[in-house]
Amino acid sequence: MTRTEYLTYDVNGQHEHCLRFGTRDAARTIIIIPPLFDEMNRTRRMLVETMRALADLGIGSLLPDLPGCNESLADISKQCISDWRLAVNDATTQLKPTHIASVRGGTLIDDVADIPILRLAPVKGASLLKTMLRSRLVAEKEAGITATIDSLMASAKSGFLELSGYNLSLEMVQSLQDAIPSEHCRFQQIMHAEIDGSPLWLRTEPQDDARMSLALAHRLDVWSATCAK
Amino acid sequence: MSINTQETVRAILTDVLGLSARQVAAMDDDTELFGALPELDSMAVAGLLTEMEDRLDIMIDDGDVDGDIFATLGSLIAFASSKVEE
Repeated sequence: MTRTEYLTYDVNGQHEHCLRFGTRDAARTIIIIPPLFDEMNRTRRMLVETMRALADLGIGSLLPDLPGCNESLADISKQCISDWRLAVNDATTQLKPTHIASVRGGTLIDDVADIPILRLAPVKGASLLKTMLRSRLVAEKEAGITATIDSLMASAKSGFLELSGYNLSLEMVQSLQDAIPSEHCRFQQIMHAEIDGSPLWLRTEPQDDARMSLALAHRLDVWSATCAK
Repeated sequence: MSINTQETVRAILTDVLGLSARQVAAMDDDTELFGALPELDSMAVAGLLTEMEDRLDIMIDDGDVDGDIFATLGSLIAFASSKVEE
């Protein structure tokens, strides 16, 4: 039976949860940096199923909660991209994975350690922000409120901006706008078309894709076996 | 209009709406989209626009977007092509 553990790591004096699959003495342990915001919600099950498949292959895996997300008690409206990079750094330092796999917006905060990184479907922060702003505009329009991207951005200056159910500070909005995946690390990248399955992060509703989970786990197995610690 | 733009728009519909490759391959320019495809709701439009920007390397002004663009596959491809040519 696949072994599941709920660990914690410390960041800024707070405990954050981290899901672990596989045994602690596994030769390879991959920390998965998930997509951000609503894309994270839509892919969590697919990623957890990937972790389960990795455990069946004898590979350990970790899925940390970012501060303000999932089970975290931290205030999401006090986070920005560099806070999340720090959290990934702390999780990596404390839980000692041998490899990093980052997905979509996770690629914006994965440059924290000198261990190999596999990036799946990297994306610019500006693209994530624009999609969330457009979704908010649709919701405003359906509520009979006239808004523009500029008026929404202006509202962030007087507190926070609610996008996709997340209260984002001005610092988060600005840091997301400027964020791009770092090139100063040991990474390989693959696009979703290279993995059997469909890009669930683009859907409007959470879904599952067992085929993709299995394909991603096998890809991570082959990749992590061929690159040194 | 380029075959590339057509194929990219079809791939985006497949990926964002979760349609099967067979379903998208069976579409032609007159195939109705908005109002005819239950997967294409107004929230999905937000994702479609950003994917079109990223994959076709275009900029879309949200002020230019109205329901007519998503009326049929042909109208969506024509809109994308006009942006690619800008």
